[in-house]
Amino acid sequence: MKKKVSTVDYILVLVFVLVIFVTLYPFLNVLAISFNDATDTIKNINFIIPRMFTLSNYKYVFKDSDFVMPFVTSVSRTLVGTIVGVFTTSMLAYTLSRKDFVFHKPFTILFVITMYVGGGLIPEYLLIMRTLHLGNNFLVYIIPGMIWVYNMILVRSFIDGLPTALQEAAKIDGANDFQIWYKIVLPLCTPVIATIALYYAVGQWNSFMDTYLYAQKLPTLQFKMYEIMNQATMKLDVHGSSNVTTAVTPMSIRMAVTVVATLPIVIVYPFLQKYFIGGMTLGSVKD
Amino acid sequence: MGKSKVTAKKKTKLSLATIWKQRYLLIMSIPFVIWLIIFKYIPLWGWTMAFQDVKPATFNKPIFQRQFVGFGNFIKTFKDRLFAQTMINTLGVSIIGIAVGTVAAIIFAVMLNEMKFLRFKKVTQTISYLPHFVSWVIIASIAKNVFNDGGVVDTLFKTNLHLMSTNSMLIWFVIVFIDIWKEVGWNAIIYLSSMAGIDPGLYEAAEIDGANRFQRIWHITLPGIRPTIIVLLIMSIGGALNVGMERQMLLSNPLIEDHTMVLSWFSYKRGIGNSDYGLGTAIGVFQSAVGISLLLIANKIAGLFGEDRLI
Repeated sequence: MKKKVSTVDYILVLVFVLVIFVTLYPFLNVLAISFNDATDTIKNINFIIPRMFTLSNYKYVFKDSDFVMPFVTSVSRTLVGTIVGVFTTSMLAYTLSRKDFVFHKPFTILFVITMYVGGGLIPEYLLIMRTLHLGNNFLVYIIPGMIWVYNMILVRSFIDGLPTALQEAAKIDGANDFQIWYKIVLPLCTPVIATIALYYAVGQWNSFMDTYLYAQKLPTLQFKMYEIMNQATMKLDVHGSSNVTTAVTPMSIRMAVTVVATLPIVIVYPFLQKYFIGGMTLGSVKD
Repeated sequence: MGKSKVTAKKKTKLSLATIWKQRYLLIMSIPFVIWLIIFKYIPLWGWTMAFQDVKPATFNKPIFQRQFVGFGNFIKTFKDRLFAQTMINTLGVSIIGIAVGTVAAIIFAVMLNEMKFLRFKKVTQTISYLPHFVSWVIIASIAKNVFNDGGVVDTLFKTNLHLMSTNSMLIWFVIVFIDIWKEVGWNAIIYLSSMAGIDPGLYEAAEIDGANRFQRIWHITLPGIRPTIIVLLIMSIGGALNVGMERQMLLSNPLIEDHTMVLSWFSYKRGIGNSDYGLGTAIGVFQSAVGISLLLIANKIAGLFGEDRLI
């Protein structure tokens, strides 16, 4: 297409500037409040440059043991969940990519069916809480959501596209199937592994409902935020030790926690969005 | 790949010898099949509870010792004082969301497609994805700054608009607005990639014929992505009742719960909140059954209009 720039193009630029503004303004607002003096914030919360700069909101959050443990829980579930997820998903995907595997077909069908039908909230809740007794157990963050079938299919499609010559050569050299997966297939899968690792990591970090339903005694950062949010909507009371010179409000604490919870996402996603989108279009073509 | 496929194509027979030969593959897959059966198929079996009277005390009883109530739980659901309003809320927030959300995503995709400054296009697109990756808790926390009484919007208009504190249909629109703000950039990707598949020759021919930019969008771009729009619409109609409890609960507050309650949340409230497991499951089963019917109906209608169908 030819590149003639007309007035319409400049109008489009203006519209896009508006889109960027509307998208970023609420985030900048949160950032500004988190760095602003809590009592000053109450006067008017509509600003994106701190009026009275302070670090006391963050100091409170990082000192308060109420927030340290949830932070540790969030980080651990993200790390453990991602490692376990990537390991198990890629191993399963390899076995299901093997057309000569006796159970290739039945196993694949069993997994794919679950993408379309699910038991729903109550049966799952009862299974986890009443039958397996996983309530308030760290495993509830890892085991029930260990493998996303969608991710497994992404990896499997990727393996299907790899040349099989290497695998066969290894087989002739006497490698068993586990060694072939671990030493040959896995290293070749780096791009797709990066994609699913991100899906798992973002999913784990952002997860809220599992804590709400199954493990309120093992709160994550997301759940802690939910708790403060409900506090703040009821009453803006000054909770925080009175001997601190600057007061802290639920509002300003919530903003500081929001920033802490959003930061990893903001740092990671622009670099890896190409993997995400690659995965998305791959899925839509292959299904 | 072709050569090796020939040998692999031969169907492997199930015998002790092959099982021994493929023992590593079995060890590497069977634990996950067991995991799948426990976490995905046992809850499906749990649907039987919809036809039984299951309370915390009777949950541990074997299935044949529980009291079968036929469609009793479903009748109880329809007679529930919250049911009618919940159904209206679910459909309301869902239909507005599908309609406005689809239009917004298409408009955004068309604008991105028309943008000639490629670097700027990329930056805008990247920024527009940001809210998609952020959790609903954070979005709710941010939304409360913007829409709560005395929030950003209120100070902007210098009046209290009660956007998140009016117990009315208003909250549906607020929720849909927040949802679109979060997802529009992400949802535009699929339309954008569909636009990339349109033959550039069509645009050149139209330009020679003197079509202006809007005519080209209207007569080439939009018809070009029509199949994608139809497929996505059918799928979202199929999911019309599956409004997530997470979003609704987080954007709600006790003042406005009458208008934010949706089926999934209602199922949780009755099933876990009131410990009536049978009733809660029945609500979930109802939701799935209606979802499948809606999917088939939408699919049929698309077929009647001569569109490509999903199934």
